[in-house]
Amino acid sequence: MLPLTEKKIALTIKEMESGLGRIRDLSISIGKLSAADWTEPEGPTPYPSLTALRTWDRTLLSRYQPFYMPFCDLCCLCTYGKCDLTGTKKGACGITMPAQQSRTVLLSACIGAATHTSHARELVTYAIKKAGRDCPINPGGNAIGVEAPIIRLVCGEKPEILADLETVLDYCESQITALLAVTHTGQEGDPLDFESKVLHAGMIDHVGMEVADLAQISALGYPKADPDAPLVALGMGTVDTTKPVILVIGHNVPPSVAIIDYLHNENLSDHVEVTGICCTSIDATRYSPRAKIIGPMSWQLRYIRSGIPDVIVVDEQCIRTDALAEAEAIHAPFIATSEKNCLGLPDRTNDTADAIVTDLVGGKLAGVLILDPEKAGEVAVRVARTVAPARKNVRASTDPATIREQVTACTQCRLCQRACPNDLKIPQGMKAAGAGELSLLAGLYETCVGCGRCEQACTKKIPVHSLIVAAAAERIKNEKFVIRTGRGAIQDIEIRNVGGPIVLGEIPGVIGFVGCANYANGGKEVAEMSVEFAKRRYIVCTSGCTAMSIGMYRDEEGKTPYEQFPGSFSAGGIVNVGSCVANAHIAGATIKIASVFARRNLRGNYAEIADYVHNRVGAVGVAWGAMSQKAAAIAAGFWRLGIPVVVGPHGTKYRRMLLGRADHDADWYVHDQRTGEDVYAGPAPEHLFVAAETKEEAMVLVAKLCMRPNDTTRGRAMKLTHYIDLSQRNLGTIPDDIPRYVRTTADIPVTLKGEITRILAQSDWKERPIPDPTLLSRDKPSPPKER
Amino acid sequence: MPAADPWQTAEIAGPKKASVITKPAMAQAVIHRAQHPVLIIGHYAATIDIGERKLVDYLLDLARAHAIPVIATGHVNRTLKERGYTGAVIMPAVEAGHRIADPCWNGPDGKGPCDLAIIAGLPYPMEWTLLSGLKHFAPYMKTITLDNTYQPNANWSFANIPVKEWQENLEAITVTIGTEGQTDV
Ligand code: SF4
Ligand code: SF4
Ligand code: SF4
Repeated sequence: MLPLTEKKIALTIKEMESGLGRIRDLSISIGKLSAADWTEPEGPTPYPSLTALRTWDRTLLSRYQPFYMPFCDLCCLCTYGKCDLTGTKKGACGITMPAQQSRTVLLSACIGAATHTSHARELVTYAIKKAGRDCPINPGGNAIGVEAPIIRLVCGEKPEILADLETVLDYCESQITALLAVTHTGQEGDPLDFESKVLHAGMIDHVGMEVADLAQISALGYPKADPDAPLVALGMGTVDTTKPVILVIGHNVPPSVAIIDYLHNENLSDHVEVTGICCTSIDATRYSPRAKIIGPMSWQLRYIRSGIPDVIVVDEQCIRTDALAEAEAIHAPFIATSEKNCLGLPDRTNDTADAIVTDLVGGKLAGVLILDPEKAGEVAVRVARTVAPARKNVRASTDPATIREQVTACTQCRLCQRACPNDLKIPQGMKAAGAGELSLLAGLYETCVGCGRCEQACTKKIPVHSLIVAAAAERIKNEKFVIRTGRGAIQDIEIRNVGGPIVLGEIPGVIGFVGCANYANGGKEVAEMSVEFAKRRYIVCTSGCTAMSIGMYRDEEGKTPYEQFPGSFSAGGIVNVGSCVANAHIAGATIKIASVFARRNLRGNYAEIADYVHNRVGAVGVAWGAMSQKAAAIAAGFWRLGIPVVVGPHGTKYRRMLLGRADHDADWYVHDQRTGEDVYAGPAPEHLFVAAETKEEAMVLVAKLCMRPNDTTRGRAMKLTHYIDLSQRNLGTIPDDIPRYVRTTADIPVTLKGEITRILAQSDWKERPIPDPTLLSRDKPSPPKER
Repeated sequence: MPAADPWQTAEIAGPKKASVITKPAMAQAVIHRAQHPVLIIGHYAATIDIGERKLVDYLLDLARAHAIPVIATGHVNRTLKERGYTGAVIMPAVEAGHRIADPCWNGPDGKGPCDLAIIAGLPYPMEWTLLSGLKHFAPYMKTITLDNTYQPNANWSFANIPVKEWQENLEAITVTIGTEGQTDV
């Protein structure tokens, strides 16, 4: 039988005729979560169904219309297909191109939400095993009152112990299953209904992420909302290659924890290097600051091919699916540890560690599957220590002469360039290298995303990527940086301190630089943008691969951004919350502003809080190298909160934008709760999802998207100052939409008074009131009911 | 390499593909026919060398000669200003696409819905997706790209042609069109 805290059945009957008479507002709950005494009044949408927030979604989507840019004109999802959906053609099932595009976006968001939720399930199960069902959820001790803002908001629950998170995950899993079903042939047909479900998937994704990070913070003793979380080593140059080196890749930390624990228990921590790529490495450093982060996911090929790792351990997500083959090429034993990523390897989970070590060390097996993190940890360490001495001799190094020799086969056919997502001028680099000049080839390293497509394209079998990396050997040796490891949640006191200035606009914005490393022009741009905004006293949050990219650049004094700026959630801070799942804390911070600062009820009160965040919290997400389906789901979760997201040029391949029309005045009226009037509030924020072509354009957009109807005049003046200044510097001009953002003359930045007054005089600008804004219907939903 | 393969090999679109501009007269005719063309200039136009000049110089020749309103995307406006061109409307490329696809939008100059979008200088995949949006959802207008890489989602595109051939084409297009209606913006 299930313990009562484990499963919850809630039955609510609004009105029912029965043999006993009429029953009204009957509510039966069996198996409540542990916080049964939580007295906050419940809002209208606890555990929202697929359609519970449809009205809010449609409110957003009527302002921010989808602009579809099909990435393929065909559909091949069922055996009726392929269907040509060009223009107004319909598929055999009747679907139109807009619906098909939104369906694909939904599919992507479902994959993302499923991935985070499944990851969360693994972490909760693991955390319970490690710390017990009753282990308190503790993201920050006394510094945190609202421990799970997203869960409170979406589910209407206040989780207190790890077991409570299981019930939350039950809900997420049921929603994702239903959402996936929506994408079946012959279900939904309306693009906006698909889009509403995309937003639902995004919201569920955020719940899943919050569960995942709460579980690991609580059970593994990570930094707890600590602005001074340790600075840890980042970059290939930081690895002590005289020691045995273990590489972990992926997102699910238990195998890394087991490696670190085994080393600790055996007094070997000083003798083995634990290095990681992608989010699992951030989480490994949250567990032990001795672990080292190599870099974002795009570092996989270059690091493996360096020959440095003696053993490679993979868990789940964003791992190259040819990692095993790459490991074999450098003779590094390989350990897969996730049921989701078995890679054809023999399952040795039930064998003894001794037997597995023997087979891997002796070369009988190139790799194994071990679905027991502790065993995988022990095997990884023992194998690394055994094979390392012999492997030190096989370390790859391509000297300039070898590079020259290999490039001589190049025919300048340009197929590599045409395969390269960043259109890199590889043939020119090859030609120069052939003549002894390596700088062109080496220069490609900075903007190469490490995908290896060039090598697949080359008919001469030239190891293009490896040669680029070899040419950049000197640079790689100097990849010695630091990154502040993931601090987790934001403290309530930090929210209290900045809530007012943010809501009133005096801190010009909260910008989250998040997501993957599929940059069109290198990771340096994301570092430059974050530094620019931190200098301008915005609050800069970051996570995942982007947080690593930010750490990989130094100022003139040799300091990385994490050494230049504090890790506190305050003006001018650069706040690394942690791995991908820690993105929940960025969304959570905006929600906590409504709760901690503005004292709004969160409990099952989604639309009201999203409306609050959308109209009052100047937050913008920037996913400059977004690549994955998870990134799509994360973005969708921000959209449902009304938070705009900017992506880089590759982001157009997500195949649709959500764009406002600044020129349609009627779209930008809000209801003024003070006067009851509908008031023009300007296009603030103008878009919900927009791709920028260049870093320069992105910075101007971000500054603009931080404006909110609720800004005070002082706040608006400050936001306009940054918007105009960034526009003048980057686009060479004052933006032409200033009149839309000046509500009263008090909004005009003092330093630009003359210029802006002239601009206003030339337009038909009129002063207008500053509203107490809401987009929610004036026919308010029935008041929240007490539990 | 075959004449009309997408420049990025895998970016195959679907059954409806751009006609290849094989001679400048084709592009000239398309541009001449348009009542309300718009020229979208991406940021690469400022850096791509064509002989002694940059792509942006040819595009501005075209804009000036034909009084075609310009939308400047990315941060290319800075370069346009350096070239003395101050009349561009600045907006992100996707926003430009969204507006152009609206038959009620009166264009950057307010003179009426666009019936032709001339596009060049955007990152290849971004231009690809933008042109896809217009191909599917702006049936009442046409698109032409003046880049030297084949964009299958346009109505008209050069094939993947060498810079010299591109230069000859651009010179022919801008010179011929430029003989009438010189307008300073
Ligand atoms: S799902 Fe619809 S559009 Fe897609 S292949 Fe099947 S019938 Fe065609
Ligand atoms: S590995 Fe680098 S150079 Fe090769 S195709 Fe990918 S991004 Fe381009
Ligand atoms: S594909 Fe190979 S042969 Fe062709 S240009 Fe590139 S490196 Fe040279």
